[in-house]
Amino acid sequence: MEPVKAIEMRGITKTFGAIHANQDVDLTVYNGEIHALLGENGAGKSTLMNMLSGIYRQDNGSIVIYGKEVHFTSPKDSIAIGIGMIHQHFKLVDVMTAKENIILGKGKGLFTKNKNLAKEIKEISDRYGLDVNPEKKVYNMSVGEKQTLEIIKVLYRGAKILILDEPTAVLTPQEIKRLFQILRNMREQGCAVVIITHKLNEVMEISDRITVLRKGKTIGTVKTSEVQVPALIEMMVGKKVDLEIKKEKMPIPKKPLLEVDNLYVLNHDHKLALEEISFSLYEGEILGIAGVAGSGQKEICETIAGLTRAERGRIFFEGENIIGKSPRDIIRLGIRMGFIPEDRLGMGLVGSMDIVHNLVLKDYQNQPGVFLKRGPCEVKAKAIVNRLDIQTPGIHFPVKKLSGGNIQKVLLGREIDSNPKVLITAYPVRGLDIGASYKIYDLLNEQKSKGVGVLFIGEDLDVLMDLCDRIMVFCIGKIAGIVNPDEVTKEEIGLMMTGGKEVSLS
Amino acid sequence: MNGIHISKREDLPKKRETVIRILAVILSIVCAGLVIWILGYNPIRVFPSMISGALGTEIRLQQTILKAIPLIVTSLGILVAFKMKFWNIGGEGQIIMGALAASYVALNMDGLPKGILLSLMALAAMIAGGLWAFIPAFFKAKMGVNETIFTLMLNYIAIKYVTYLQYGPWKSPESQGFPKVATFSDNAVLPKLFGIHIGWLIALLLVVIVYIFINHTKKGFEISVVGESRETARYAGMNIATIILIAMFISGGLCGLTGMIQASAVEKTLSANLSGGYGFTAIITAWLARLNAIAVLFVCIAFAILLQGGAYIQISMQIPAAVADMMQGIILFFVLGSEFFLQYKVNLAGSFRKAKEVA
Repeated sequence: MEPVKAIEMRGITKTFGAIHANQDVDLTVYNGEIHALLGENGAGKSTLMNMLSGIYRQDNGSIVIYGKEVHFTSPKDSIAIGIGMIHQHFKLVDVMTAKENIILGKGKGLFTKNKNLAKEIKEISDRYGLDVNPEKKVYNMSVGEKQTLEIIKVLYRGAKILILDEPTAVLTPQEIKRLFQILRNMREQGCAVVIITHKLNEVMEISDRITVLRKGKTIGTVKTSEVQVPALIEMMVGKKVDLEIKKEKMPIPKKPLLEVDNLYVLNHDHKLALEEISFSLYEGEILGIAGVAGSGQKEICETIAGLTRAERGRIFFEGENIIGKSPRDIIRLGIRMGFIPEDRLGMGLVGSMDIVHNLVLKDYQNQPGVFLKRGPCEVKAKAIVNRLDIQTPGIHFPVKKLSGGNIQKVLLGREIDSNPKVLITAYPVRGLDIGASYKIYDLLNEQKSKGVGVLFIGEDLDVLMDLCDRIMVFCIGKIAGIVNPDEVTKEEIGLMMTGGKEVSLS
Repeated sequence: MNGIHISKREDLPKKRETVIRILAVILSIVCAGLVIWILGYNPIRVFPSMISGALGTEIRLQQTILKAIPLIVTSLGILVAFKMKFWNIGGEGQIIMGALAASYVALNMDGLPKGILLSLMALAAMIAGGLWAFIPAFFKAKMGVNETIFTLMLNYIAIKYVTYLQYGPWKSPESQGFPKVATFSDNAVLPKLFGIHIGWLIALLLVVIVYIFINHTKKGFEISVVGESRETARYAGMNIATIILIAMFISGGLCGLTGMIQASAVEKTLSANLSGGYGFTAIITAWLARLNAIAVLFVCIAFAILLQGGAYIQISMQIPAAVADMMQGIILFFVLGSEFFLQYKVNLAGSFRKAKEVA
């Protein structure tokens, strides 16, 4: 039997101003298939899918769904025809229950009719192996549960074609397994599933066919069973890339640079975000922090950097207690600590300002007098641009207009420039393409070899295991353990992240 | 219906930008002309009359400059706050409080030598205006209270308080029952230079000073960073509360100085309506100048021409005040509206597609 073409996109072109986000892109997805859309950041994956879900309109080309050409003018049209998109950032109302979220925006009448709803939800859940308590409030849910709820929501709206944008980015290994099981169930039921991702091992595990995009163009569609990872990377990047992260062992007698002792920190709601945190960061090592998103990673970074007040505990920098010191004190006292925050443009840099002024940001506190001196920073800016090979029209170019990788290089370049002894990096490769990510890993390794102690908050367990000398696993604000990546498996770390409880694979 | 699609522009060429801006001005004149024509006046006579009314003779030119001075000084004050994304809508109140403090000095210490008296008045006005802005800044910095409502409400308190003084304790016994504060002695009136009070010189100086302050000092840099991102400011070790307080004190101080200039040189007394709406108009001019001090100078002069020209045609052509206001409104509508087209592109995608398919 000839498989049914669920989606057929032909010659799709979409431009934003001068940027060709998609150029003559073709994509065909069959029913009962899991199709991976692979490509680096800015390759045009999300743009393509946003056209499929009616958020954008193509400039050229045609979209055919189940053999009928469609012209979407809004996401409503797309939903009506059976396409459901699960965005990277969940679109759920926190204070409502699962059930309320499912019917939200669906019912025509003023009142919500609950009679058949529970039955329908149960039917859908049973068919695809989904499991969500309909009465549970969203703010009480884990990331995995929220994602499941999103899936039920689109299925309830009658989706036969499911698009998932980077669905595994925030999940633990166990949750990923579970998600994949759900996707497989959907495939069995004849649905078409498109999964956008740049994680190659997952692509190999779950997909039937793969379409690779690069710089807005279709590079090709391949069968997963007939392709190897290196070939995929070459398709994605356009050249061969060495995907090995070097890890050099440092000599044994190590000196602690940073010692955290019994640290307690409250979050905005005055609840404990960090509890009983004690660890040491030694010179010449990369200490990784793994954990489910929101397990206290942000708080530990910001507390060490002096941005968040600790409730209790001490932090020693080379033997001196720096708890209670503000970022200003840390800069003025010449404490050599660099911090790459998670939110680059929102915290680390001023987006609308140029590279020079972003260097001035960390420098001006120590300038004498009332006037701002830019001269030294202009020289520094040129040096950093050269050394880190930052692609920019000039040093007087707003940083927010640079690509993600180059923005990160500006930030990292500035922090490294001050010759730090301790470097705190929160998700330093988030949103970067493969080439840029490896450049960042190289830079961190370079710092390590100089004897810098690097604290590395990561989300990709594979990378954490390849890069770090030790991995500290966080679970709901506590340290679940510090492990040697050579001695544990990814699954074991995953279990530690979730408090050791096995997530049932229903 | 497919409707229209709006998308953000990337890197508009300078040439296109200029074309759009000029087009906006031309369209606004055409549109305003149409309104004038419908009302039964001859637009071809009205517009030149406005220009000549603002610039035609020495006296008219002086009138225009007199309107530009308070606008420039207030706009600079607003600029400092807006640079920090602190929405100071309280210019009016800060002007009034500045005028009040200056008047207090003028009325009670007029025995002092002119130079000292005027300096004291200016100082008192800046402190009073600054403190009036300091109140909302304090609550914003310490408790995160919304500054927009706060500064707006303080306007009314300031205006009503001065009204009370004018009708009550400060009412001049020589005014024969009119609710009027005593006129300043000559000592308390700003001297003239080239036929216009020296406020124009002060305004020009302040343009340069504020420009240097914002662009070339550490404090100015901090204000810009706080305006862009508080988290970044915190990360860079800035004391955000102090920066907000200082910037708002400067902002209010400049507005207060406007009050002193108007009270001393124009009204020669204190009155509840001496702020003349400059506190609000300055928001528009500061914004049109894209928060650049040098641009403020030119925008304010252009605006003053519009104000003076509008006032002139009321008298010379018997055009009602409302029509002059309407013309100002139309011109502003187009000029501010053009900002939208500078930032966004509008595609009539739906209708285009239809046309193509038919063809």
